[in-house]
Amino acid sequence: MSHQRRPVGFWGQGEPLVWATGAALALTLALTGLLLLVVLANGLTVFWPHALVEVQLADGRTLLGEEVDRERDPETDEPRVKYKTGNRELGEPFVWVDADQIVATRYPDDAFKLDRVANLNYYGYLQEVVMPGLDVAVGDTKQQRLTAAIAEARETYAREVAPLVAQEATVARQLNDQIKYVLMELEYRRRQYLLEGLQADAPQVLALDEHIEELKKQEGRLKDTSHKWTINRLGVEEALRKKVAVFVDASGRQSRIALVDIVRFVCPNRMTVREKVGHYMAKLWELVSANPREANQDGGLFPAIFGTVLMVFLMAISCFPLGVLAGIYLGEYAKEGPLVRLVRIAVNNLAGIPSIVYGIFGLGFFVYICGGYLDQVFYPARLDASEPVFGQPCILWASLTLGLLTIPVVIVSTEEALRTIPRGVSEGSYALGGTKLQTLWRVLLPMASPGIMTGFILAMARAAGEVAPLMITGAVKSAPVPVEGSFPYIHLERQFMHLGFHIFDISCKAPNVEAVKPMVYVTTLLLLAIVLTMTSLAIWLRNRMRKRFQVRAM
Amino acid sequence: MTDPSEKSMKTSVTAKSHSEATAEAGMPWRPPTPKPPSRGAAPPRRQNDIADPIVLARNVDLFYGQTQALHDISLDFPRHEVTALIGPSGCGKSTFLRCLNRMNDLIDSVRTTGAIEFDGEDINDKTVDVIELRRKVGMVFQKPTPFPKSIYENVAYGLRIAGIRQKGVLDEVVERSLRRAALWEEVRERLHESALGLSGGQHQRLCIARAIAVNPEIILMDEPCSALDPRSTTRIEDLIGELRGEYTIIIVTHNMQQAARVSDWTAFLYEGVLVEFGPTNKIFTKPEKKETEDYITGRFG
Repeated sequence: MSHQRRPVGFWGQGEPLVWATGAALALTLALTGLLLLVVLANGLTVFWPHALVEVQLADGRTLLGEEVDRERDPETDEPRVKYKTGNRELGEPFVWVDADQIVATRYPDDAFKLDRVANLNYYGYLQEVVMPGLDVAVGDTKQQRLTAAIAEARETYAREVAPLVAQEATVARQLNDQIKYVLMELEYRRRQYLLEGLQADAPQVLALDEHIEELKKQEGRLKDTSHKWTINRLGVEEALRKKVAVFVDASGRQSRIALVDIVRFVCPNRMTVREKVGHYMAKLWELVSANPREANQDGGLFPAIFGTVLMVFLMAISCFPLGVLAGIYLGEYAKEGPLVRLVRIAVNNLAGIPSIVYGIFGLGFFVYICGGYLDQVFYPARLDASEPVFGQPCILWASLTLGLLTIPVVIVSTEEALRTIPRGVSEGSYALGGTKLQTLWRVLLPMASPGIMTGFILAMARAAGEVAPLMITGAVKSAPVPVEGSFPYIHLERQFMHLGFHIFDISCKAPNVEAVKPMVYVTTLLLLAIVLTMTSLAIWLRNRMRKRFQVRAM
Repeated sequence: MTDPSEKSMKTSVTAKSHSEATAEAGMPWRPPTPKPPSRGAAPPRRQNDIADPIVLARNVDLFYGQTQALHDISLDFPRHEVTALIGPSGCGKSTFLRCLNRMNDLIDSVRTTGAIEFDGEDINDKTVDVIELRRKVGMVFQKPTPFPKSIYENVAYGLRIAGIRQKGVLDEVVERSLRRAALWEEVRERLHESALGLSGGQHQRLCIARAIAVNPEIILMDEPCSALDPRSTTRIEDLIGELRGEYTIIIVTHNMQQAARVSDWTAFLYEGVLVEFGPTNKIFTKPEKKETEDYITGRFG
């Protein structure tokens, strides 16, 4: 061998490239990990009952609350501590205190933390329970007494007020569905008659007038009943509100808090770990099952969770079949040529369009054009009274808009999945006398299904996290669950709550940003959990398919 | 070699084809020059008398777009015997094979001229149902392509897509086909497990069973052993030996020994041209053309 090989140097060996690739991956993972860590650390501790501390300050004030933060003052570089002192109706719920101002701290056993229906948390000491009706002196501690009193007050509420509330709701629904919309319909028809040239004394018009008169009387009667019930309820509630618990805060101010306004109370400083876990679970359950309170800053998120899941579900139903069919056409039927290539490029680019553009399109096309047309055909009377049914942002249009947004992903993955099937497999089917349809249906689609599912998972994950298009096509700050016990059960023409929108709403529009911070973390965690659950489900499904239909490399 | 005379009375097509026999002189041998042979220098169309051909190819030209891949091929395939197509890579043997069940229809750019008659009917005729044709002319591919279904469903596939649903019939055909393909004993216990769990050799026998299940008249085999180990190859070759006599088998192979072992007739193609066709022992012992001899003795290819 005369020819001598030049030795490969450090760079030629490719070692730096290995390090670069590894480092890039590690960096990405670290950032993702950091994000998850921040969300988890902040989100998971929100419901844990933290110790309540009473702080004596140098200027003579006394604070009671939870320590939430500790830092150096950016201006003076002095250490300072932030306390959450609640009691919003009495003063600032969050207080910064310079560390050197603190004279003494103690953790009083009898400090209470209340969750209230309104005004968020209250921190204070229980003085007495004023409950004229509470004849049995149950238990010995104040805490047990309060528990018994709250239980009794709630029972009274359920017995006396709740039925009245239900009655009111029924009447309101009757007024709405059986009177208001029928009246609207009749008056619309009457106008139509007049426009068609009928005189006001024509028999049809007179009959209508009579009907309208009848309905209006009914409406009056119902309104009277409703009014009576409301007054009745207010009276009972007033009486119930007389039953209060008297608390004093750290600086000695007294507060009389109606028992029915107390959602729950804890004395964190004397709770055992087991009790804390129980409290944590109760709060967690409240989060996923209850309605929000206090402008979404407190309470549960059930409507938002339900809205998110329902929307993703509707999105899947609408985009999946369409996307798969389009993908099959592109992958199997379309003849390769400049036009098909153009379509493919267009589809790929469609996935990159900013989602807000889809939102605007959804508003214009679905809400105004489709919804407007539906209303013109089916609900002309309500359109006339400018109370559109489908011609307004709602969960149906929001889902369809998101479906449109995710369809490109499904199309591309379907086409890709079909394309990666070895040619021999389909030829094997054709060689046995299979038609195109049989080959597609019996062989190709089952084999492509894992790949199609992958696209579907990506689409779902994207749809669940998308907020911008929803803001203009149907998601709102506060709305009830769009499901009812009577026909037609699901109201797709209603607006809905969405976790992503909820995060945006409370973090950017809440009156006190500090107060909603925990809620933001919790909601973020919840949204992540839901997306993860749904995609895991889909991944599990895909892996099952893969096991069945995987073609081994041979 | 089996005697084809027992079938010879049945068709009158044969008589016509005999008369077309010509004996043009072969072109002089050129070592691997890529220039395709011109049409005028086409080799003899008929070199042997086939008493009862099942397929007659007449002047078949095939183009991939502008490129001509097959040049004026005329060839008769004897019924119920094994014909091997040999030749170097890219000589068009697989392409020609795929003409016989119109698999080339699936490729958009392919255009064929000339006639291929199957039992007296031009298979490229507009009236011919290509589905029906492929049911009669089965095919086994180079790479085994089992469907991602159970073994049972793989074999029953052809019947199912033909609309046969009776379980009794399916059971019977599946068992018979698997037995015929010498696979039954190995898979009888796991008929309903995925076919993808079998070995490569078993896959190929499964594909043969699948092809037999629809009871074709011809089985086309496109290098059926090229992806298999020697042991599996032997089994497939034995199988071909067993199937001869019942089916007409046309096999494309790279392996000269294999062609010599399994086939009754051999056609040698070179650069899209049929160079020589004749009884296998004659091709391998006394080839008429020098190219054939060079190829067989391994001087090129």
